[in-house]
Amino acid sequence: MKIGVFVCHCGTNIEGTVDTAAVAEAAREFPGVVFATDTMYACSEPGQDEIIEAIKEHKLDGVVVASCTPRMHEPTFRKTLERAGLNRYLFEMANIREHVSWIGRDREANTNKSVDLVRMAAAKLLNNKPLHAKYFDMNKRVMIVGGGVAGIQAALDCADGGLEVILVEKTSSIGGKMAKLDKTFPTVDCSSCILGPRMVDVAQHPNITLYACAEIEEVNGYVGNFSVKVKRKATYVDWDKCTGCGICMEKCPSKKADNPFDEELGKTTAINIPFPQAIPKKAVIDPNFCIKIKRDKCGVCAKVCPSDAIVYDQVDEFVVEEVGAVVAATGFDLVDWTVYGEYGGGQYPDVITSLQYERMLSASGPTEGHIKRPSDGKEPKNVVFIQCVGSRDKSIGRPYCSGFCCMYTAKQAILTKDHCPDSQSYVFYMDIRSPGKMFDEFTRRAQEEYNARYIRGRVSMIYPKGDKLVVRGADTLMGDQVEVDADLVVLAVGAESAHGASDLAKKLRISYDAYGFFMEGHPKLKPVETNTAGVFLAGSCQGPKDIPSSVAQGSAAAAKVLAMFAKDQLESDPAVSVVDIKRCIGCGKCISTCPFGAIKEVDFRGQPKAEVIETICQGCGICTATCPQGAIQLQHFTDNQILAEVNAVCRF
Amino acid sequence: MSDSLTYAYYPGCSGAGTSMEYDMSTRSVCDKLGIRLTDIPDWSCCGSTPAHTVDHSLSSALSARNLQLVEKMDLDTAITPCPSCLTNLKTAEHRMQKDEMREKVNKLLDTPYKGGVATKSVLQILVEDFGLDALKKSTIKPLKGLKVAAYYGCIMNRPPEVMNFDDPEHPMAMDNIMKAMGATVLPFPLKVECCGASFGIPRKDVVMKLSGKLLDVADDLGVDALVTACPLCQMNLDLRQTQINSATGAKHNIPIFYYTQLMGLALGMSEKELGMDKLCVSPRKAIDAIGKEEKKIAETLLRRRLK
Repeated sequence: MKIGVFVCHCGTNIEGTVDTAAVAEAAREFPGVVFATDTMYACSEPGQDEIIEAIKEHKLDGVVVASCTPRMHEPTFRKTLERAGLNRYLFEMANIREHVSWIGRDREANTNKSVDLVRMAAAKLLNNKPLHAKYFDMNKRVMIVGGGVAGIQAALDCADGGLEVILVEKTSSIGGKMAKLDKTFPTVDCSSCILGPRMVDVAQHPNITLYACAEIEEVNGYVGNFSVKVKRKATYVDWDKCTGCGICMEKCPSKKADNPFDEELGKTTAINIPFPQAIPKKAVIDPNFCIKIKRDKCGVCAKVCPSDAIVYDQVDEFVVEEVGAVVAATGFDLVDWTVYGEYGGGQYPDVITSLQYERMLSASGPTEGHIKRPSDGKEPKNVVFIQCVGSRDKSIGRPYCSGFCCMYTAKQAILTKDHCPDSQSYVFYMDIRSPGKMFDEFTRRAQEEYNARYIRGRVSMIYPKGDKLVVRGADTLMGDQVEVDADLVVLAVGAESAHGASDLAKKLRISYDAYGFFMEGHPKLKPVETNTAGVFLAGSCQGPKDIPSSVAQGSAAAAKVLAMFAKDQLESDPAVSVVDIKRCIGCGKCISTCPFGAIKEVDFRGQPKAEVIETICQGCGICTATCPQGAIQLQHFTDNQILAEVNAVCRF
Repeated sequence: MSDSLTYAYYPGCSGAGTSMEYDMSTRSVCDKLGIRLTDIPDWSCCGSTPAHTVDHSLSSALSARNLQLVEKMDLDTAITPCPSCLTNLKTAEHRMQKDEMREKVNKLLDTPYKGGVATKSVLQILVEDFGLDALKKSTIKPLKGLKVAAYYGCIMNRPPEVMNFDDPEHPMAMDNIMKAMGATVLPFPLKVECCGASFGIPRKDVVMKLSGKLLDVADDLGVDALVTACPLCQMNLDLRQTQINSATGAKHNIPIFYYTQLMGLALGMSEKELGMDKLCVSPRKAIDAIGKEEKKIAETLLRRRLK
């Protein structure tokens, strides 16, 4: 094999601490290397052309590029080789940027390490063989997990693009957090008025199948051919019959059920439709509060239901959906703010969360749009908003900024004045973060036109005094202590990953960060892809986001799905395991260790043998390490190839 | 269980002076409960606030001298009623875990301190080692009918990573002890607020304001008495109560007990043993409130019978 080596400067990224010319010179002495040079930017057009010319001129049949991580540019250079007529697997990459130049300052040591890495790459390349991808069919249906605004957007865009969409929502209605909001910033338009019609579109779209009260149970398969088991939780109401008339809710005598939609501000009935615009507008029974289910008494809803839809003995059901792509859009939840003893740790009824305040402001909320103190129902005069509760706080393991709290707090201060003209709002803040279109102007309006008093500083304590709450904090601009006698305190509670997000990530085989937010493929260039082919992200499941960003990501994820499905067939990665049938003794160890179920047992002339299902194999190599016979080999990473690298680096 | 509880006892300087009744009541309560307190021979001042505001190694040395004496006694735990001593002893131990600091401090000591003595508050061992159930069982005269609020002060539980006991914002140890012994405990929202501490000397107005606020809230709650665990807090609230009244125009008349004094009553001890006569605001109305309802009922029954 004739190998060409190209050592990239990457501007000063590599050349700054690695002598690339010396690396190229050393490489000329390696077995098989007939050509070596350093190059300014290997990935640029002239850089790639230089590689193609060298292949032709020196009749190269293998190429090593020493530059950045293969995650960045391996696909780029593989295409370059193909354009020069070589098989794309006759290419090796030595990572001398992330693994060398960026992490060490000693030029000599860096150069030596780069030489070793290039030596390893060349040694492996000598053992490489041309590999060829296969093509397979895909199921052009898409599943969207989560029916918040991001999921709704992704579903509608995919459906409008002609795809069959399965939308799975955990609660009894789509709409997510946005459906709970009264108004949106910075336009102060009605949240349900702009979201409601989109929700109706979902219900009426012929291409969308909606499973509400449903969760992902199990995900099998691979890109283009996923098989997803969905658990449809018992609602105790036959939704085919339920018309959403709401008579059952009026008559239900069990009126103390949990009320998650109103953020537990007030109670609701055991049989419930969470809000007037709910989609689907179907009733659900909470079995923990239903008198009939708990004590076999009552049965009022069944008696009054005009369509005979109540089914007290309904059980969970499972459906399996075959789809080619999955979009995770599972949103966020609020941080448990009761860890803050200084804010009362949850023991004062008039200290509420911002989301509870939204429900209070909403005309369809528990107070019908009137601001009332939970303790005595009185209208508050002094309302104190505290920002960054559970955001930017290392002490509780939430060091990140939730991003949208500054803006909705400004909105809530404005709305407070609208609802109660005599009121006075105070906002304790750390910094005002308002980098969006019309955002900073909006926070100024809250202060200048609506007279909200912004105090830069943290609150150290809230305590009750008479029927008021004394909020004590620092004013760091004045260098003074402040005490405000508040009637109501609203905490801008930060966002954390949705409860159960990590379970879903494991089922989808995608990664998540230390806080449970799903990891995108690349922080800049692959914001909606994941590292698992065919699984995409939208909205706050990837990190806290406001509505416009969530909608943008929903559309972006839909575009990615549509682009993928625009192809006739998908290409499989040939870097999968292959069984040498002569060596295989049929012990089955590989079958039991394969995490993807990609190996099956077959009968070969009366002998049991292992066989790899190419489309399922992810190329992890666990089987290779398990096989006692060395009979199963991961293509492109065979024992011989890896040993060649080891020998190249351990020469002495 | 209780006979195996033996501790080195560090009363602190105020225990020998301004908070004598705290020391007295602590000793008699522990004696009654079978908790053995062994005095540290030749103990000295922990350095208190003046030392640590001037020099950390001096402050640590003053505390470590005492810890080293405990080491000599072959005991592993020292207990003290005073939160300020507690903070200093614990902080010295905490600081001396660093080699550099340990060497620096040991240079100042005649006998170096190896480290490893645990310092706890009397409150902590009562709750954790003796236990609330056992306290309930030991109660002879329950504090029935007495409405109290527990005030911990700002340093009993803070900083949490050094003090390592109870909740730093909403401590419950004293609340639970009072409850176990029959008192009605009202939720005091200013449990860990500062009373003004030693600012009483240079800036009396600050103490008037801060301690005044504590008394205001206590009066709003309608308590018969406040219970404290800190000599300085107790002094500011009790000794300075009339000063606060004249400075703020309030008319507070709230007895301020050490929690050990009320425990003593519940264990059947005499007021004298518990140093009740040392309190400035007369504890009479609070002590009389104990069992008042029962007494009334008993009297009515008696009267009926006589009829």
